[in-house]
Amino acid sequence: MQEFLQYFFSGLTNGAIYGIIALGFSMLYRSTDLINFSHGEFVMIGALSMVTLTMTLKIPVIWAFFIVVFGVGLLGMVFERLAIRTVKRPEPIVLIIITVGASIFLRGAGMLVWGKNAQSMPPFTPHPPLDIAGARLLVQSIWILVIAILIAACLHLFYRRTLTGKAMYACAINKQAAWLVGIPSKMMILLAFGLSTGMGAVAGAIIAPVTMPAYDMGAMLGLKGFCAAMLGGLGSLWGSLLGGFLLGVLEAMGVGFVSSGLKDATAFLLLLLVLYFRPQGIISAASVKRF
Amino acid sequence: MLPKSKMRVIALLTAIATALCLLFAAPVSAEQKKETIKIGGIFSVTGPASFLGDPEKKSMILAIDRINDAGGIDGHMLKAIIYDSEGDPTRAVRNVQRLITRDDVTAIIGPSLTPTSLAVIPVIERSSLPLISCAAGNKITDPIKPWVFKTAQSDIHAVASIYGHMRENGIQNVAIIAVSNAFGESGRDQLIEQAGAFGIDIVARESFGGADKDMTAQLTNIRSAEPDAIVCWGTNPGPAVVAKNAKQLGIDIPLYNSHGVASPRFIDLAGDAAEGILLPTGRLLVAGILPEDDPQKAVLSDYMEAYENRYRETASAFGGYAYDAINLLAEAIKGTGGDKAKIRDNLEKIQGHVGISGEFNFSETDHNGLAPGAFVMVRIKDGTWELVE
Repeated sequence: MQEFLQYFFSGLTNGAIYGIIALGFSMLYRSTDLINFSHGEFVMIGALSMVTLTMTLKIPVIWAFFIVVFGVGLLGMVFERLAIRTVKRPEPIVLIIITVGASIFLRGAGMLVWGKNAQSMPPFTPHPPLDIAGARLLVQSIWILVIAILIAACLHLFYRRTLTGKAMYACAINKQAAWLVGIPSKMMILLAFGLSTGMGAVAGAIIAPVTMPAYDMGAMLGLKGFCAAMLGGLGSLWGSLLGGFLLGVLEAMGVGFVSSGLKDATAFLLLLLVLYFRPQGIISAASVKRF
Repeated sequence: MLPKSKMRVIALLTAIATALCLLFAAPVSAEQKKETIKIGGIFSVTGPASFLGDPEKKSMILAIDRINDAGGIDGHMLKAIIYDSEGDPTRAVRNVQRLITRDDVTAIIGPSLTPTSLAVIPVIERSSLPLISCAAGNKITDPIKPWVFKTAQSDIHAVASIYGHMRENGIQNVAIIAVSNAFGESGRDQLIEQAGAFGIDIVARESFGGADKDMTAQLTNIRSAEPDAIVCWGTNPGPAVVAKNAKQLGIDIPLYNSHGVASPRFIDLAGDAAEGILLPTGRLLVAGILPEDDPQKAVLSDYMEAYENRYRETASAFGGYAYDAINLLAEAIKGTGGDKAKIRDNLEKIQGHVGISGEFNFSETDHNGLAPGAFVMVRIKDGTWELVE
């Protein structure tokens, strides 16, 4: 039981990380019909700038957090304005390849700025791990969990309750129709990029204390996050979060009860199974209906 | 028209200048008669293993310049031709072929990694020229290949040092957690192979991915196997995560690490969790605290000073592999005039060469030449290294 609980905690922490990254993928897809394969790189930039701001510049964690999220969101908007909007024939495949190119570029830039070594920073709040029925839970894990759920809830409200959120959704369903009713669709796409990359930065900033970020962390995190988004249903917010938790917990259980060598294999096997039996994801069908 | 006295001064100066020119030109032209010996280098200068290849390249250039400044070998100057393998075996093989056919080198130093070294061995054996690899894997020189040598300490020596320390401290049941790549697998195989000889039982075996963020699940498994100590085999940042997670779970048995994390970087990453961790390392890392009578101390401080003065960065044990390789090669080239077969024979005869990685004693049956004593055990204490008897 104690072991099971420990695997579960380990899975929850990783799951929340995958979940937030998946949210970024999903929300961009929901608003622009685009998959941004450089999303993992924005997570990397978020994590590394968090380390720089708190460790080198000694800015308090809370301020550093907002600076990082805002800054990376702005970077995402610049990326959209310079690399995505300027494309003459915006076909999905062209745009996706541009995002792949951007990820290689950002990784290289990250290496030049922060070097090749992994960095580290202390947890947000210095507190010894909690002991719950013999299993240990890091306080930082609770931060990660709370922030992940909070962000999903805020996004939910944003889409359901605000005019901008609804307008953004309308843009994705039919750009032309949205434009006809007076929604500035270009503005909406720009905003979606900013929000999505900002969310990537949130993920990066909160995992910086537990992971030891390095310039090459983005690729694997991006892939796992994409996995989680597919698992839960691309475009569905709660689905993405659920997919993230599912992936994280199953990975941890796989390590605990099967073999630690098969950790990554578990994730990708799961993705293949879901794509085969339920290509629309676990809870996508009901919540996202388009065209 | 200039006055006569001034003309005389000019004439005199011209004469002196000409004489000086002749004086300095003479030895140069004499030296040029002796052929330059070209030495190839293949290192992972860029890519994920650049932390190995970059200092290796710099150390090779440093060693060659120092030899040339001292007048070369029997009057022969050395010239380095270095290519970047980017850690890719295919590229390494291409580099070797180019060094042999186009650049016509006498010997090759490198590659930096075990997979790249193993890939180039067939080409080297066919072309019959000496290769001194800078990689750690013991498969490179076991079984012995006539033309292949290596300077880096093997996993064999690291494992022997760790197990030796365990035996003295009465540790019997050991759990292994290794990174799932060639480095981790090679270490794990050695740990399993040598366990019997030291009377050690391996009670748990776990692995982790190089970029994994959380190893609590593996450590929970290990904890339930109730070992006396844990050996973690990997390179940064994985082992730092293991150290942090072990502390998080409240595991208070000794944690041993491999030489793969023997750098100040590991202490930075693991922070408090690094306290008390034991690991084997080459002497370079602890050169400052070595006893004065240590035979390597002079060589180490000489290398570190030269490297740090020239490149303005801290010298690492990795650069030492290439530095040793060049110096061993230089010793073997003496009296051969650049004949490849004779150089190979001389390499095999080198005895008692004190280098950065240890004392080299090559023989027909040992092309690595190092003993387990090439490693010392250290403990991390108060954020720095402490020698362990």
